[in-house]
Amino acid sequence: MSTMTLQEPARRFEELLGHGAVITDPVRLRTYECDGLTHHRVMPGIVVLPESAEQIAAVVRVCNEYGLPFVARGAGTGLSGGALPRADGVLIVTSKMRRILSVDAANRRAVVEPGVTNLAITEAVRDLGYYYAPDPSSQQVCTIGGNVAENSGGAHCLKYGFTVNHVLALEIVTPDGDIVELSDGDPGYDLLGAFIGSEGTLGIATKVTVRLTRAPETVTTLLAAFKDIEQGGQAVSAVIGGGIVPAAIEMMDALAIEAAEAAVACAYPEGAGAVLIVELDGPAEEVAHQFGEVTRICEESGAFELRIADDPAERAAIWRGRKSAFAAVGRISPAYIVQDGVVPRTTLPEVLASIDRLSREHGIRVANVFHAGDGNLHPLVLFDDAEPGAGERAEIVSGKILDLCIEHGGSITGEHGVGVDKSRYMSRMFSDEDLDTMQLVRCAFDPRALSNPGKIFPTPRLCGEVPGVRKGVHPLVESGQAEHF
Amino acid sequence: MKALRHEAEALNKTGVTIREADPGDAVAGVPPRWVALPETTEEVAALMRVSAEHDLAVVPVGGGTKLHWGGPPERCDLLIDTCCLNEVLEHATGDLIVRTQAGVTMDTLAETLGGGGQELALDVPLDGATVGGTIATATAGPRRFRYGAPRDLLIGITVVLADGTVARSGGKVVKNVAGYDLGKLFSGSYGTLGIITEAIFRLHPVPLDRRWITVELPVSGPAASGGARSFPGGLETLVAGLAASQAEPSAVELDWPDVRGGATVAALVEGTAAQGRALAVQTLMGEHGTARITGEPPAWWTAPPGEDVLLELRIPPALAHAALRAIAARELPARVRGSVASTVLMIALPSDVGEPAFAEFVSGLRGDLGHLGGRLTVLAAPRELTLRVDRWGPASALPLMRRVKERFDPGRRLSPGRFVGGI
Ligand SMILES: Cc1cc2nc3c(=O)[nH]c(=O)nc-3n(C[C@H](O)[C@H](O)[C@H](O)COP(=O)(O)OP(=O)(O)OC[C@H]3O[C@@H](n4cnc5c(N)ncnc54)[C@H](O)[C@@H]3O)c2cc1C
Repeated sequence: MSTMTLQEPARRFEELLGHGAVITDPVRLRTYECDGLTHHRVMPGIVVLPESAEQIAAVVRVCNEYGLPFVARGAGTGLSGGALPRADGVLIVTSKMRRILSVDAANRRAVVEPGVTNLAITEAVRDLGYYYAPDPSSQQVCTIGGNVAENSGGAHCLKYGFTVNHVLALEIVTPDGDIVELSDGDPGYDLLGAFIGSEGTLGIATKVTVRLTRAPETVTTLLAAFKDIEQGGQAVSAVIGGGIVPAAIEMMDALAIEAAEAAVACAYPEGAGAVLIVELDGPAEEVAHQFGEVTRICEESGAFELRIADDPAERAAIWRGRKSAFAAVGRISPAYIVQDGVVPRTTLPEVLASIDRLSREHGIRVANVFHAGDGNLHPLVLFDDAEPGAGERAEIVSGKILDLCIEHGGSITGEHGVGVDKSRYMSRMFSDEDLDTMQLVRCAFDPRALSNPGKIFPTPRLCGEVPGVRKGVHPLVESGQAEHF
Repeated sequence: MKALRHEAEALNKTGVTIREADPGDAVAGVPPRWVALPETTEEVAALMRVSAEHDLAVVPVGGGTKLHWGGPPERCDLLIDTCCLNEVLEHATGDLIVRTQAGVTMDTLAETLGGGGQELALDVPLDGATVGGTIATATAGPRRFRYGAPRDLLIGITVVLADGTVARSGGKVVKNVAGYDLGKLFSGSYGTLGIITEAIFRLHPVPLDRRWITVELPVSGPAASGGARSFPGGLETLVAGLAASQAEPSAVELDWPDVRGGATVAALVEGTAAQGRALAVQTLMGEHGTARITGEPPAWWTAPPGEDVLLELRIPPALAHAALRAIAARELPARVRGSVASTVLMIALPSDVGEPAFAEFVSGLRGDLGHLGGRLTVLAAPRELTLRVDRWGPASALPLMRRVKERFDPGRRLSPGRFVGGI
């Protein structure tokens, strides 16, 4: 669709939202051309900054009138290109919807607008002795709307689960522009569960009711340094095998530690080939017992140094290196790819050995940071973008890591989502029948495929179409309404 | 008759064991014509393809423990009995997951997992319930307070759709956001979207120790002499205290056998330090009566309060007492039991309650509690009681639900009429 044809909808949006809430100036549009996956860039056709569900619904209805695709955007920290805009469409940004509408400690819930940041919820309820459990590392900036779309997790999801386990109700604007409530208390299909994690393809969340979690009586954090990653892995297996579910178990390898040292001088034990961070929380007596077990296991697995944090400051010191890891690799490599894959935890040693082999074969360094407790790997694939061919080799290594995950019965994404980045891997993990069945849900919500089209699914399909063999260029692609990635 | 024979032949051709139905196979009073006993997902798919070809209405059945839940099907030709899908396929202890066929009973599953020191942290209200039936009705017991419902523990699912398509979503890892989560959609779908043939769950280690702490709350206040306004004293503060307790109970349950009398509140703590935490809970409860710590659950733990006429009430936790008052005010001999901190309460009424009283009870409670966020559904009730009552009550997303049903089962052949809004 040409810019000419966007003029009329832009004018309509201005009527609806006011002049200041509609952006069409190319310089200002540039701010929104990518999310956290910065090598995919598209200038949005129009950006709107609505302030209410009603405004979003009105915008979506206009999009329907003109057949314009629309994409929701929170803070744009997504790492799979989920909020990548459409040149022929509208980007609906929730940055003006940042109100915490109610906090209800008695019912352990809060109602917030979608642009509220993850951390802001915890900050609003901390004094009451509560917090919002899912804690993505990006929690200072990422929005609850983005969390809902990605079903975000965090270091503590091993024990506490993901966004989907902590959202009690949503108000959404459907892809037709209706305002609908999806609630876990309502009878009927669990559309709330289906919506969470659908990456903005089933509509836009405009109000989120979250569950608040009681702050635990005790939190103890322990850092264990090992000679190598095998020893660390052994400790993880023994902890989980011993019937302990820690709040978090995180691991970093030597290269990741090196990067973190360079970036934030986290002062992890010298000579460590791997560090393990184990956080235990809960009733004091329970934690004390588990702590004894975990220390014993770490020592038996060969830990040469243990550090224990009992207060928030010490805890922050231990976490600092881990939390900085993604950005830190920038210190040791001009460019990098953040990968996100999952393997059954017991296959971790085997998979890490294979990653190491891949790394040597292709002459590409890989730093490993992972949520070890649930087998969620975040290999950081390092390369020099000035070196010819290095980027391609890094892509190959990164892709082969996903193949490893699939081969071992895991997943191509544990928390960053499919977006545009991984849609081409979906057919390696799922059959056509699986994907067609997921598309039935999509078609029920969004028969015209206007809500964040081109994300998740490798092959867009018209909803009237009978599943079966796909031939030639898809009509949606031909008409410019969808693209293959 | 000829068509009938034709259909039977086609079903037999699948190679799946088929038998003629008998009166005992009726689904909420509606008798099917045949019962099929498939052993694999592929056999279910073959049955579904034949059913599609011959426009047969299909109802899946597991242990049959909740077949009287939900509305009677508009029609029912073929009952797919999942009893022979009875294999636990893989228990990966190191990964804390289990992959199982849907016809495995929850008891069998628990036995298998227990051998490895693990469990599926779902309590099963009814003996004989299967994995598939538990998912399809989204049933959970006391520990839903800590672990949630089947949807929160289900990480992968295999289903067969109305046209015989076999689809999977999720997988064998707990952390996984690839694609839509069909497991969520099928949880609580009452057999109206497809047949669940396999499930993968995340597991938990069996806690080293468990303690139940129980306290009786007598009727308090001037109304203690009886009548509708009597109420178990202190219930509200006690439940709020327990829910917020850093002793972290896994469950907080209420048993209120007679709405004119007192109630029992019981909490469960699990872990290595269960006894110490039980003492903390006992102290909390001690303000309300004599609290006892036991190593065994109270006799009523996990069991539904009744069978034939059973309702479920969901309401935000701080409003539980308002809900209980509203129930008592209706002056029917109701028995209330359930997860008072989470708040999902079951209400049983005597089977001879009578249609007018039942209809008034349901619509009255919906009127009293709807604006507070209360949702009352009729899980089980004979057809003659529900002539004027919508079993499910309102759902704001009903139009979207209908559209989902339309996509998955355009011919309305899967458990038609059993679900919300006549889906
Ligand atoms: C340094 C760093 C660390 C990270 N750590 C983690 C981590 O530990 N765990 C984790 O899970 N993720 C992590 N992420 C990824 C990212 O922060 C999450 O995916 C987050 O939920 C995205 O939120 P956002 O507001 O930035 O969403 P955006 O990037 O703006 O959007 C993400 C997706 O959500 C959709 N969307 C946004 N708002 C809405 C809405 N209101 N309704 C419907 N759809 C909407 C968009 O269309 C898009 O598809 C990290 C990212 C960075 C940069």
